[in-house]
Amino acid sequence: MNGFSLSRWLGIIVKEFIQLRRDRLTFGMIIGIPLLQLMLFGFAINTDPKHLPTAVVMHDTGPFSRAWVAAMENSDYFRIVGSVRADAEATELLARGAVQFVVTFPRDFNRDLVRGLKPQLLVEADATDPVAAGGAISVLNKLGRSVFAPDLPGAMRTPGADPQLIDLRVHRRYNPENRTAYNIVPGLLGVILTMTMVLMTGLAMTRERERGTFENLLSTPATAFEVMTGKIVPYILIGLIQVTLVLLAARWIFEVPMLGSLWLLYALVLLFICANLTLGITFSSIARNQLQAMQLTFFFFLPSILLSGFMFPFRGMPEWAQAIGNLLPLTHFLIMVRGVMLKGVGLDMLWGQIWPIGAFILAVLAVGIKTFRRTMD
Amino acid sequence: MAELAIDVRGLNKHFGTHHVVRDLALQVRPGEIFGFLGPNGSGKTTSIRMICGLLTPDSGEGTCLGLDVMRQSREIKRQVGYMTQRFSLWEDLTIAENLDFVARMFGMRGRREAVTRALADLGLEGRRDQLAGTLSGGWKQRLALAACLLHEPRLLLLDEPTAGVDPKARRDFWEEIHRLSADGITVLVSTHYMDEAERCHRLAYLAYGQMLASGTGDEIIAGQHLHTWAIDGGDAPGLADALRALDGVDQVASFGARLHVSGQDADGLAAGLKDFCAKRELDAEPVEPSLEDAFIHLMRDAPDPDA
Repeated sequence: MNGFSLSRWLGIIVKEFIQLRRDRLTFGMIIGIPLLQLMLFGFAINTDPKHLPTAVVMHDTGPFSRAWVAAMENSDYFRIVGSVRADAEATELLARGAVQFVVTFPRDFNRDLVRGLKPQLLVEADATDPVAAGGAISVLNKLGRSVFAPDLPGAMRTPGADPQLIDLRVHRRYNPENRTAYNIVPGLLGVILTMTMVLMTGLAMTRERERGTFENLLSTPATAFEVMTGKIVPYILIGLIQVTLVLLAARWIFEVPMLGSLWLLYALVLLFICANLTLGITFSSIARNQLQAMQLTFFFFLPSILLSGFMFPFRGMPEWAQAIGNLLPLTHFLIMVRGVMLKGVGLDMLWGQIWPIGAFILAVLAVGIKTFRRTMD
Repeated sequence: MAELAIDVRGLNKHFGTHHVVRDLALQVRPGEIFGFLGPNGSGKTTSIRMICGLLTPDSGEGTCLGLDVMRQSREIKRQVGYMTQRFSLWEDLTIAENLDFVARMFGMRGRREAVTRALADLGLEGRRDQLAGTLSGGWKQRLALAACLLHEPRLLLLDEPTAGVDPKARRDFWEEIHRLSADGITVLVSTHYMDEAERCHRLAYLAYGQMLASGTGDEIIAGQHLHTWAIDGGDAPGLADALRALDGVDQVASFGARLHVSGQDADGLAAGLKDFCAKRELDAEPVEPSLEDAFIHLMRDAPDPDA
């Protein structure tokens, strides 16, 4: 049997370190990924989001209405972003995802309150993500009569009076049963596409280069455009199959509603697939081998699932994290998919999410073409 | 005289700050087998890639098959068969699938027939569904050659085609090259093997990106003005070093048990060797310098512009 040689053993360790140092991308990832995780998990993620955007429909602007609104803001959970007149307008804000809550004060709210008629106060919550709305809703229930106390007439302040002054109605819109699957399953659509589309295209191109077959391809009259698009199309088809599988599972296993247009959903999926494929191709022209392509994919995938609102409420994150999240196509795709499936919104309400994805494609494409040209020569 | 197959002048290529090919001028006649020789990193592969349209030269001018190398690389690619140094067909495709794919890339009509014919010529009909990756080195090389002949190119560019191939397969390969040349196909081939260099009609020797000599084998040998003596018993320890130290000796190269001692100064060399051999009781006889002697001499005198 061979004895253990310390110098041999050290030789292997030293060689490993040298190689690690040469592979700058891997080295960067080893340092970068823990830092990224630390920042994301440590600072960005917050499962109890506050300052949620709220719209108010004031059919009665009396002192009790104002007191209630002030109390909501003081709770830190709500941020009043505007006051609208019509109920329809408020519903649209909710559907577009511009606000998380709509509070409606009915006509004669103040008068009925003083008379002890327990007027209805309607709070509509966008419950597509049950976690995001949960904390705020529980706070609402605690805002009790104390809010109105200073303005109440003497008779109603006596200890024996009915503690319930209003009839608080909370409607969990789009997901009345508070089912997490409603949120997760449409979200998975985006996550699965991000993972496979970026990775598969990244690998497809680097594999050719790693094996030397790329040179053969280049020596034929095939153009760069033919090569690129020809290599992409199979993955578009694979992506569509994945989407169909998830949608079938959503319908028959998880019973997630599909309120909007299926065609619209597929059109949005195609746009999203495009964004990911462009990124994959760009990664493949940056990466020198398949391992690096995989690392780059991981480096992109991590913030995508953490900062897009897939795993944790988007509105719970600090502004810098939201800014990063807004650059990611997944963030916008999630809003669109949930919008179409759970809220039944149409194309007219989605432009705000479509253009950032379009901008992402153009920006990444510019980088991709630049690096691709360089690798050809 | 017929139009030249390759006629380029002043081709230059840089990779970063490295000047890989310097002012390459090359004239290759149709139907000729032209050999590219030179040490590793001398710019052979880069030169071939520039000629076949894979790389755009930084500067220079000229034609390949009558097409402009600076502007018509796509048209050139259609008529050129390029065999890469490393096996570059798809190992996870079968033999037939590889040929079919290449035929498609060249937009060939009658693809099926062409593939079937190529398989028959190769003698691989029975193994058409075997994965290319499972072939031996010699077979991979034959398949690669068949793939670049599929679209009936007028010019073949072969980059060290026989590296790592056994002698029998190498001989067969060269017979095939000569057959193709007889059919009128021009062949530009790079190699490190002297026996292969001798099979070429004309040669060029490259070092540090510069062409140091070109012409037929005999012309290149004559151009070096060498006088060579052969000494038997060259495997004696220290003999080669002792010979190198002699006046008039430029270089000593071993050929098995024989040593070739060469120099440009005929009289000095003869005088020096006479004394030396007399002392050591060795026999020296004058011989014709070989191509290898000429190449060693070329390399020895080659100026390294980066040094």
